[in-house]
Amino acid sequence: MADRPIGPHLFDGARPHWRWGPHMFASILHRITGNGMAFVGLGVLLWWLGSLAGGADSFARFSEAMGSPLGLIVLVGLSWAFFSHMSSGIRHFVLDVGAGYELKTNKFFAIVAPLTGIALTIAFWAIILTK
Amino acid sequence: MTKGTEIGRVRGYGSAHHGAHHWLLQRFTAAGNLVLVWFLVISFALLPGFDYATLKDWVSRPLVATALALLIVSVFWHARIGVQVMIEDYVPNTGSRFAVTTFLNLAAVGGAMFGLVSIARIAFTGAA
Repeated sequence: MADRPIGPHLFDGARPHWRWGPHMFASILHRITGNGMAFVGLGVLLWWLGSLAGGADSFARFSEAMGSPLGLIVLVGLSWAFFSHMSSGIRHFVLDVGAGYELKTNKFFAIVAPLTGIALTIAFWAIILTK
Repeated sequence: MTKGTEIGRVRGYGSAHHGAHHWLLQRFTAAGNLVLVWFLVISFALLPGFDYATLKDWVSRPLVATALALLIVSVFWHARIGVQVMIEDYVPNTGSRFAVTTFLNLAAVGGAMFGLVSIARIAFTGAA
């Protein structure tokens, strides 16, 4: 192979010619949280609605599973995935109109978006758990 | 039958304006999700409890059932597009990609329909 430059793909780690930056982290986090919600979140959403439609017994099984330590980890994880994906999604809306590409601005919001996701997750569970 | 090359036949027609369709739908459904999932988040924060009677009574309200049905459509549509983009990035083989995308379409439509039927059942059978 000629020693020519190759595209900065995530799995080209054998020849690192790029280094991690906040914008890369925000990008892959957006994909991970989005697909995580698609595969896990939608399943939980359907289980929740299906068990409610199924009656008191089926809802009790759902409620028991989600009230378990593992269930709570899943729910907290999903809420974090939503708040993170929403924050970086709004960042994408801004980038879509052509704004926020200046290096410092881009870096700043790539850091702010994931932190906003974590802050909203903490605020949400503070409200839920103190009810 | 027109004469000439393929490029000659399309030259001058301009954009078909279909290229951005997939991209735009991802944004439209994202806007829908933004409103509808926040409706769900705020509702969870405001609901007095998460027991069967409270939740069933809540979901059976017409406005709530409408919002949840819209949420199912918007969220499943958005997820279908997003997962498709991931498949296109990570499944290089054309045949496998076709098979996985076909399965994705069936799963997304099937899942969304199950959600809608569940909401309809709760809404039409009324409060517990």
